[in-house]
Amino acid sequence: MRVRLLLPLLAVVALLGLLFLGLGLNSRELPSPLIGKPAPTFELESLEDAERLVTKEDFIGEVVLVNVWATWCSTCRAEKPLLMELARGGIPIHGFNYRDDRETALRYLDVSDNPYRTIAYDPTGDVGMDWGVYATPETYVLDAQGVIRYKRIGALNRQLLLDEVLPLIETLRAEQVRGSS
Amino acid sequence: MRTIPLVLCWLSALAAWLLPAGLALAIAIGEPVAFPTEAQQRQYQTLIRELRCTVCQSETIHESNAELAADMRRRVRDMTLAGDDREAIIDFMVQRYGDYVRYRPPLQANTAVLWASPFLLLLIGAGVWWQIIRGRKRMSQRPAFTEQERQALDRLRRGE
Repeated sequence: MRVRLLLPLLAVVALLGLLFLGLGLNSRELPSPLIGKPAPTFELESLEDAERLVTKEDFIGEVVLVNVWATWCSTCRAEKPLLMELARGGIPIHGFNYRDDRETALRYLDVSDNPYRTIAYDPTGDVGMDWGVYATPETYVLDAQGVIRYKRIGALNRQLLLDEVLPLIETLRAEQVRGSS
Repeated sequence: MRTIPLVLCWLSALAAWLLPAGLALAIAIGEPVAFPTEAQQRQYQTLIRELRCTVCQSETIHESNAELAADMRRRVRDMTLAGDDREAIIDFMVQRYGDYVRYRPPLQANTAVLWASPFLLLLIGAGVWWQIIRGRKRMSQRPAFTEQERQALDRLRRGE
């Protein structure tokens, strides 16, 4: 009889436990199916120069970050100082200018810093779709072979860089050195 | 009694006013798309109701007004027009956004619990129901008094 009385209590505790676990999950962060796969190929105009084509080849060759940004995205603007720090620290960053307007984007980069080595201009978001972009900013880590090794949806932050991104870059760079020697 | 026709009148006026607004909204979201064949039209219409908008996660791309949903609808339309079949389009989306874009999850190892849970719940419910029924039956069958007690009662009634 005592056991039967305890059952509802156990059920409620189990349910509460699940709800509590659910609080810790971020349902906005979907696991990307692209991790571990070669970055999708693309061919886009360069943001700075419509005559010049940017392709996946421009992004690969060393361990890089690929950052998807737009001027209309305020989180991207807030994230940029951190990207500047990374770029100054010697981490190459390439960018996709996503669903943006060339004039506006160029003016924005003129009046502020530019952490990007190459910027591919993707006004329609077609290449963004191939890369599975759905919420800017997004940041990918590509290894020297151009395989996507990590993806962050939303802004990077210092803690995340220290905990996940920088150690990963270290490992990948070490792999690259081993691979080439 | 005279108020009823008046109310009806008001209601129809209200409907006449609201209906076009509703229609306009429906068109704005579901941009009319023309397809050469009936089958393509059907495929497009079912697919946009089965793919999830990844930004606004509780809406299909048919319902959603997000720009990404518009992009996805456009892609579904283009692929349908190009002759891609249903599987090809779903695969395309799953490769980019993961299984999450499917409102109808595939039956595979990591979704087994999801698929089985309604049946599990039904089983648990049936178990509880059976327990209760059994308990009730036992209660109604249990003799209220022993033979001795009944005789004692009889004697009491007779006033012995």
